[in-house]
Amino acid sequence: MATKNKLVQWTPTDVKEELLKKYPPKVARKRAQSILINEALENTTPEIQANVRTIPGVITMRGCTYAGCKGVIMGPTRDIVNIVHGPIGCSFYAWLTRRNQTDAGEAGENYMPYAFSTDMQDSDIIFGGEKKLKAAIQEAYDLFHPKGICVFATCPVGLIGDDIHAVSREMKEKFGDCNVFAFSCEGYKGVSQSAGHHIANNQVFKHLVGTGENERPGEYKINLLGEYNIGGDGFEIDRVLKLCGITNIATFSGNSSYNQFATAHKADLSCVMCHRSINYVADMLETKYGIPWIKVNFIGAEATAKSLRKIGQYFGDKTLIARIEEVIATEMVKVKEVLSEVKPRTEGKTAMIFVGGSRAHHYMELFNELGMKTVSTGYEFGHRDDYEGRQVIPNLKVDADSRNIEEIEVEADPERFNLRKSPDEMQALEAAGFEFKKYDGLIPDMEKGTLIIDDLNQYEAEKLVEIIKPDIFCAGIKEKYSIQKLGIPLKQLHSYDYGGPYAGFKGAVNFYNEIDRLVNSKVWSYMKAPWQENPELSATYVWE
Amino acid sequence: MKKMRKVAIYGKGGIGKSTTTQNTVAGLAEMGRKVMVVGCDPKADSTRLLLGGLAQKSVLDSLRDEGENVELENIRKRGFGETWCVESGGPEPGVGCAGRGIITSINMLESLGAYHESEDLDYAFYDVLGDVVCGGFAMPIRDGKAEEIYIVCSGEMMAMYAANNICKGIMKYAQSGTVRLGGLICNSRNVGNEKEMIEELARQIGTQMIYFVPRDNMVQRAEIHRKTVIEFDPTAGQADQYRNLAKAIDNNEMYVIPKPLEMDALEKLLMDFGLMEAV
Repeated sequence: MATKNKLVQWTPTDVKEELLKKYPPKVARKRAQSILINEALENTTPEIQANVRTIPGVITMRGCTYAGCKGVIMGPTRDIVNIVHGPIGCSFYAWLTRRNQTDAGEAGENYMPYAFSTDMQDSDIIFGGEKKLKAAIQEAYDLFHPKGICVFATCPVGLIGDDIHAVSREMKEKFGDCNVFAFSCEGYKGVSQSAGHHIANNQVFKHLVGTGENERPGEYKINLLGEYNIGGDGFEIDRVLKLCGITNIATFSGNSSYNQFATAHKADLSCVMCHRSINYVADMLETKYGIPWIKVNFIGAEATAKSLRKIGQYFGDKTLIARIEEVIATEMVKVKEVLSEVKPRTEGKTAMIFVGGSRAHHYMELFNELGMKTVSTGYEFGHRDDYEGRQVIPNLKVDADSRNIEEIEVEADPERFNLRKSPDEMQALEAAGFEFKKYDGLIPDMEKGTLIIDDLNQYEAEKLVEIIKPDIFCAGIKEKYSIQKLGIPLKQLHSYDYGGPYAGFKGAVNFYNEIDRLVNSKVWSYMKAPWQENPELSATYVWE
Repeated sequence: MKKMRKVAIYGKGGIGKSTTTQNTVAGLAEMGRKVMVVGCDPKADSTRLLLGGLAQKSVLDSLRDEGENVELENIRKRGFGETWCVESGGPEPGVGCAGRGIITSINMLESLGAYHESEDLDYAFYDVLGDVVCGGFAMPIRDGKAEEIYIVCSGEMMAMYAANNICKGIMKYAQSGTVRLGGLICNSRNVGNEKEMIEELARQIGTQMIYFVPRDNMVQRAEIHRKTVIEFDPTAGQADQYRNLAKAIDNNEMYVIPKPLEMDALEKLLMDFGLMEAV
C-alpha cells in the first residue's frame, strides 16, 4: 500500500484556510469562529463558537429538537407509552433507530417494540388534532394501562397550535392512575437536538422525579445521568456497578423505567456521563434534593476505573473501596490481554471524532488506550462549556434561540431536601483533591495544533478527510457512506453500527477489537477498480 | 370554445366582500352567465344569499365525513339564477389551520372536475376571508387558480391599508404567474370625498376603480330575507347598481400588475383628501 500523505505538508492554518476557501465571505467569517486551531494558552482555554444556528444550505450533521427529545431522552424508557402527535414519518423514523436496548421489563411492561403515533392526516391539520390525540391516549391507556404516557409535538402541531399540555392534563385527571404529560419539542425549535434534550429533561424533572417512594434496595446509591444504553452500554456499566456493590437508583435514561425516574431523588450521588444533555438535571437534583454530582466517564477501561474510584472516594467506605479495587484488578486482566495483542497494530494511527455533545470527548479515551491520536474532533450540538469547561457558563450569551427553551427554577424541597454530606465532609473531600461539578471540556485534552470544529458539515468533513487522511472517522449514519467512499472506514458512534457495548471493561475490549478490524482491513486498498489503476486494456481479434 | 374567467374577491374583513360578490353574481346570472361561487371562509357564509340560507355542507366537512368518497354533488348546490354554490369551510375559531383547509378544498374541487369544460362555466368566483394572512389564503391567486382580482374597499383608512397590502400579495404572485388586478370596487361608507379618493388610490396603484357602489339600506333588508337585492326587489335602484357592476366586470379589459404604495404615500393620500373635506 502506498504511504499516505500525512499532515506534514499542511499546517493547521493551511487546513483551516482550505476549509473556508470555497465559502462566500459572510459564511466563511461565521464558520471561521467555529473552527479552532488548538493552542496552549496560559491559564485559559481558547474560545470556540458553538450552539449557534446552522448556516442554511450546508449539509449539517445535526438533528432536530424532536429527535433530541423523543429519540434520545425518552426513547430508551421501556414502560412509558410514547405517543408522537404528528404525521407518521416522525414516529416511524424515530423508532428504535438509536439501538438503545432495554431489559424485558416485569410483566411485559415494555412498550419499546411499539411505535405509537396519532398519524395526523390533512383533515387533522385543518380541523386541529386534539380530539384525535385524546382518542390515542385513551386507546393506549385501555390497551396497556401504563404508569405513564408521554406526548410529543411534531412541527405541524406547533404550527396549528394544538394544546397538547391541556389534553394531557385532562387525560391524567380522568385516569387517576396514569401520569400523562407532554413535550413541546417541535422540530424547528432551537439550533440543534440539544434543545430537545433540555425540553425532555425539564418535563421529566417537573412531572416525574420525586413522585415515587420505593426505590431499588441497596447500598451506595447513585444516579447515572446521561447514559443511553446504546448497544448495551448501560448493561455493562450496571454489571460493573453491581460487582462493586454500588446501587444504581436511576439511569437517565438508558434501560430506564418509570419507577427509576420517580425515585431518583433517593440517590446519594449523581454521576454525569453526557455533560451536554443533562448537566442541568444534576444541578436541579442538587438544589432541590441536596444530591451532589460528579462528572464520570465509563468509556475507556482506564476512565471506567477512574470513575469507579471516584465514586468509592465519595462514599469513603473502606469495604467499598477495597471491593472496587478488586473488581478493577479482575476486569483489567482481560483488558490488558486484548490490548497487548491489538495495540501493536493500532499504535500511531489517527482518528477523527465528530459526534454528540460529549461522546467525541469520551471516545478520545478509548483511542488513547489504543495508542491512537485524535487529530481532529468536535461536537454536533455541544455548547461552549462542553468544549472549554464549566467555568464559561456564567459568561454564555443568552440569545433568541436559547431563550426559546424553558429554564425551570427550582428550590430546596422543604420535606425531602437533605444534605448527603455535611459541609465539613464536603470540604475535606475537596481538600483531598475531589472535584464536584467539575468538567473541563474537550479542548484541554486535545494536543496543540489539532483542529476542533463545531457543527462540522459534509463539505468540511470530506475536505478534512482528503487533506489529513485519518485512519478512522467516527460520526453517524448520515456521514458513514460519504466518508467510506473516500476510502476511510467510518465507525458510527450514535448507533454503534451493529456492535457494542463499548462502555466499561467488556466494552473497551469490544472497541479495541472493532477498531483493529476496521483500521487494519485490507478492503480499503481495493477501492480502485482494476481499470482505474490500469486503464488501457488491449485485445485483438482472433483472425488478426 | 369559451374560456372560463377565474375571479377572486379580496378586501378587509367586514368590508362587504360576500355581499358584493353575491349581488354581483346575481347580476351576472341574470345576464345569462354561468357562475360558480367558491366561499373560502371557515365561517361558510359566502353563499347564504344565493342559496336563501346556510344550507350547504362544506367541502372540508364532506371530506372529513366521507373520506375519499366525496362526489361533486355532495359539495355544490344550485343557487339563485342557476349558480353553483360551494363552501370550502374550515375549523372552529382557534383550532387547526384554515389556510391549509382552503388549499385542500380547492384541490379537491379541481380533482372532482368542478372546473371542467363540460361544466360550461363562464365564471368561477372565489370569495376569500379578510386579509391575506398566510400562504393558505393566497391559494386562490397562486398557480393560476384565480386570474382576476377585485379588491373591495371604502374610503376608510384601514380598508385602504388592507387593499394596498393585498396588492403586495398579488404583485408577488403576478410576477411569476398569470394573476392580475382587475380593479377596486368601492363599497361606499359615506366617507367624504370617498369616490375621488379611491379613484386616486386606484390610479396610484396602477389600476381603476371599476365601480362605486353607493350605500343603501336595501342591501341590509335583502340580507335579512336571505336574498340578494336582485332577487329580493328586482326593481330597486340598488339592484341596478349591482347590474352595472356585473356589466363592468363582464366588459373589463384592464388587467394590471399592481404597484402597491409605500406607507407615507398612502398616508399623504388620506391627508390630502381628508383635509379637502375639512376645507
